[in-house]
Amino acid sequence: MKQVSVQSADFDAGAALDALGREGAGAVASFVGLVRGDGGLSAMTLEHYPAMTQTALDSLADEAASRWPLSGFIVIHRVGRLVPGDRIVLVATASAHRAAALEACTFLIDRLKTDAPFWKKEEFDDGTTRWVDARESDTAAATRWG
Amino acid sequence: MARVTLLYFAKVREAIGLDREDVDLPDHVTTPAALADWLSGRGPAYAAALADRARLRCALDQHMAPFDAPLGEAREIAFFPPVTGG
Repeated sequence: MKQVSVQSADFDAGAALDALGREGAGAVASFVGLVRGDGGLSAMTLEHYPAMTQTALDSLADEAASRWPLSGFIVIHRVGRLVPGDRIVLVATASAHRAAALEACTFLIDRLKTDAPFWKKEEFDDGTTRWVDARESDTAAATRWG
Repeated sequence: MARVTLLYFAKVREAIGLDREDVDLPDHVTTPAALADWLSGRGPAYAAALADRARLRCALDQHMAPFDAPLGEAREIAFFPPVTGG
C-alpha cells in the first residue's frame, strides 16, 4: 500500500496501520500529529498550496522508498480548520524490520515539516490569531537527513 | 516581457491582500530576488510582505527554489513564509 493524501476529512489511524500490517511486513511504524490545546489555543487553520502539496509529498515518499526497503507507506495530511485534539497528520511506514520502518517514518515527518507547503494559523480564546513561525529545531531535524 | 502568474500564501497573502495575480515581467527581472525587489516597488503592502527575505520562500512552477535561481520558463511563481505543516 502506497498512499499519499491531502484532505479535510479526518482519518482512522488504526485502520491505516492495520491495512499496512496486513501486507505481510514485519514492522509498521507511525507518527500521528495532533492539534495541541495549550496556551489558550481554540483552533487552527491549515492552509496549503494545492498544486504543489501533492507533488512535494509524493517526492518525499519516493525519496523514503529509495533510501529504505519499505513494503508500504501512508502519508495523510489534513487541511482546513481543526480544534485541539484533532488529528493533523499521519505518517506510517512498513518494512521487514523495525529500523527501516522507524527511520523512514522519522525521515518523512521531519522533511514534511520543512518541504511541504502547509501553513498553520492559530486562533486563541481571546479572539486573537497568529501565524505559526517555522522553528529552527525543525530545520535542524530535517537537514540531518541530508 | 513574460506573462506569469504570481501566487501568495499565508502571511504573505494577507499582507499583500491578494492570493494571485497575473503580471508581465520586465526583462531585467530574472530571479526571484529581482522579482521580489520589483514587486516591492509597487507599494508599501508589497514592500512589507516581501522585506524579510530570511522569512520568505519561493517556488517556481510548484518546486522550491532559491532566491538567486533563474526564473527561466517558470509560469507560476509563488511567495510564502517558511512552511509550518506536520
